[in-house]
Amino acid sequence: MASGLRILVPVKRVIDYAIKPRINKSQTGVETAGVKHSLNPFDELSVEEAVRLRERKGPLQVENILALSAGGPKAPDVLRTAMAMGADRAFHIDVPDAEGSPEPLTIAKMLKGVVEKENINLVLLGKQAIDGDQGQTGQMLAGLLGWPQATQASKIDIKDAEGTVEITHEVDGGVETLKAKLPLVITTDLRLNEPRYASLPNIMKAKKKPLEKKTLADFGVEDTRRLKTIKVTEPPPRKGGGKVEDVDGLVAKLKELGAL
Amino acid sequence: MSGARNISNALRRARLPRPRVHLRPVLPQSPLTHATALRSFSSTPLRASTKEIKYTSEAYNIQRDPKFAEVTADDVAFFKSLLGSESAVVDGVTADATDDIEPFNSDWMRKYRGHTRLVLKPQSTEEVSKVLKYCNERKLAVVPQGGNTGLVGGSVPVFDEIVVNTSRMNQIRSFDQASGVLVADAGVILETADSYLAERGHLFPLDLGAKGSCHIGGNVSTNAGGLRLLRYGSLHGTVLGLEAVLPDGTIVDSLSTLRKNNTGYDLKQLFIGSEGTIGLVTAVSILCPPRPRAVNVAYFGLESFEHVQKAYLEAKNQLSEILSAFELMDGRSQGLVHTSTGNKYPLEGEYPFYCLIETSGSNAEHDMAKLEAFLEHVMGEGIVADGVLAQDETQFQALWRWREGITESLSHLGGTYKYDVSIPLAELYQLVEDCNSRLTEMGFVGDDDSFPVRAVVGYGHMGDSNLHLNVSVRQYNKEVEKAIEPWVYEWIQKRNGSISAEHGLGIAKRQYIGYSQNETMVNLMKQLKGLYDPNGIMNPYKYI
Repeated sequence: MASGLRILVPVKRVIDYAIKPRINKSQTGVETAGVKHSLNPFDELSVEEAVRLRERKGPLQVENILALSAGGPKAPDVLRTAMAMGADRAFHIDVPDAEGSPEPLTIAKMLKGVVEKENINLVLLGKQAIDGDQGQTGQMLAGLLGWPQATQASKIDIKDAEGTVEITHEVDGGVETLKAKLPLVITTDLRLNEPRYASLPNIMKAKKKPLEKKTLADFGVEDTRRLKTIKVTEPPPRKGGGKVEDVDGLVAKLKELGAL
Repeated sequence: MSGARNISNALRRARLPRPRVHLRPVLPQSPLTHATALRSFSSTPLRASTKEIKYTSEAYNIQRDPKFAEVTADDVAFFKSLLGSESAVVDGVTADATDDIEPFNSDWMRKYRGHTRLVLKPQSTEEVSKVLKYCNERKLAVVPQGGNTGLVGGSVPVFDEIVVNTSRMNQIRSFDQASGVLVADAGVILETADSYLAERGHLFPLDLGAKGSCHIGGNVSTNAGGLRLLRYGSLHGTVLGLEAVLPDGTIVDSLSTLRKNNTGYDLKQLFIGSEGTIGLVTAVSILCPPRPRAVNVAYFGLESFEHVQKAYLEAKNQLSEILSAFELMDGRSQGLVHTSTGNKYPLEGEYPFYCLIETSGSNAEHDMAKLEAFLEHVMGEGIVADGVLAQDETQFQALWRWREGITESLSHLGGTYKYDVSIPLAELYQLVEDCNSRLTEMGFVGDDDSFPVRAVVGYGHMGDSNLHLNVSVRQYNKEVEKAIEPWVYEWIQKRNGSISAEHGLGIAKRQYIGYSQNETMVNLMKQLKGLYDPNGIMNPYKYI
């Protein structure tokens, strides 16, 4: 067994979760121009957890935390955030914005390539990205690698130097605890931790950390699409309630609706 | 896509630092946000909780002025026929309406309480005019009231003054995209006005903690300052015109939308900050700037007040036009927020001073470049000991809570003596230190319940030389009050400061106007008051 943890944390730049997304005019997707973007909240949890694994000084030391993002020219913004939080280095896989995000299988294949080339033994992924909400990448990656997987973790515990890991996740009506050995794929859920703020000294340091630009081809993957988005529309607007001035108004309204 | 996003939002909300209880009601998102033309907004007045609040008349030992008539059943009948709708009159004269009327009789800090038995909610300027004319003829005293979020008791009756509440005057009248001029009724809630403007790419030039409840008419009447005065200036400048009603029923229509208008006396200024003692503001026209597209927030820990001053100078020089807020919070204030909310501190270590800096601009990259240069400089020079920069909207909101949440946190922990003062920058924090040592020497300050004072804290709008000195007490205590007042006012007078920078005078500082205005000025005010309100019915027993 390897002497330490070499963690890969794939992250995605998405529309800030506090912002209400709007459909674009051509109804092909969500309007992204001029909209505030930030690190996918689930990925923020996986970065935080990777950093905590290092700080916890468990039976296995963290050797290296590699953050990775596939996306357009702005993707390095979230990689800098990840490095400000504590990731050591980053890969930016250049995928033009115009084409939208590659499908989960493409990403999973690319991640498999990264895992093999970089000798990774733990992959921490957000359970889903809040833009596509597909929630497939982690599972596909585990399948491709033939590794055990633990999804939607709410607690991660490295038990011993042999790489035994205990993962707790929430299931209907309670929690389930799993045990597996490294190498391992874990996807993160909201209760796992509370992500830290990026401190100013760490933001400065993050600027000097290595950020390498790569392409899908570097990992032998092609961006093939099997799904085509036909149309994106808003759900039918909910009919708003009316307001009545006073009790008499309420009674009148109820009578009008035949409720009284 | 929105499904899981909503779930994740909900879950994160449940987990992330958020205000637990909103003391003041927050307006729910209206389902009608896309409706055009005139939109109607409404608010619920605050609910008072169960513990008894002392009557202002007893606490301040004020006698009812016998020149004012008492409200009779005939008066109520007149108002009911005038205002029509049932909900426009809360009648405690001919019926028992104790519970309904209590929220209008007291304030959210539970500090002031009046004896009113009648609340009127007119819906139009004409109705206000008829109400005031009637009251003037009958010599019935009146208290104009908006969201009742004031900090000095100005909007709370003392005796049986009739409360004229603006909550039903809540229409946005017009907005001009080109000039950015908004015309709206006095009872529009500040946050509602701002959301309306947000949809149109503009910003209300005033922002403050109570934005979910306060009315813009009240903001204007009290000349509220708030968080972004540093950037957008005071209401004396941004208000272009207003509509008000004088006690004799005269409607003052000065609802100009012009930026420039040099034609004689600028009479609208009389209504801005006069706290409803001359007339009742019914509508406002205000100049709104374009909404900034890029906003960043940084939160610093600093070793001393000298460092804070240096940081402010650097921020002013280096960030200049994009700096939109520079807020100071002392360590004790942040400690109380921590105690009250249970939120994790944004920084690792603890510092005696914290600052919150906000930049607003039109170009994210340009702003970020400037901000990073500034941050690198203040960190490199050791002016700032530690700090964080919000990486997303959630963190942005959470960091602001450490500043905006102070008032709320203090109210969860007990009572607060609040002093809102302007002092030259160099001595800004000295007041807190002097006050703390004074109260400590007198044996009032301590950690357990045998001491009346929990802590003396300071925070405020550094950019405007405006400090909020707050003495957090376990219960209101006359001895403590005597130890602070008038000592604090004398302290400020010696430094030519103002005893009320943005909160106004109201009941709380009714006797202290002399510390910041000389006799001549006070006499001129009285002359104006006598001219427009000869019967003195408008907001009596307050500062004038």
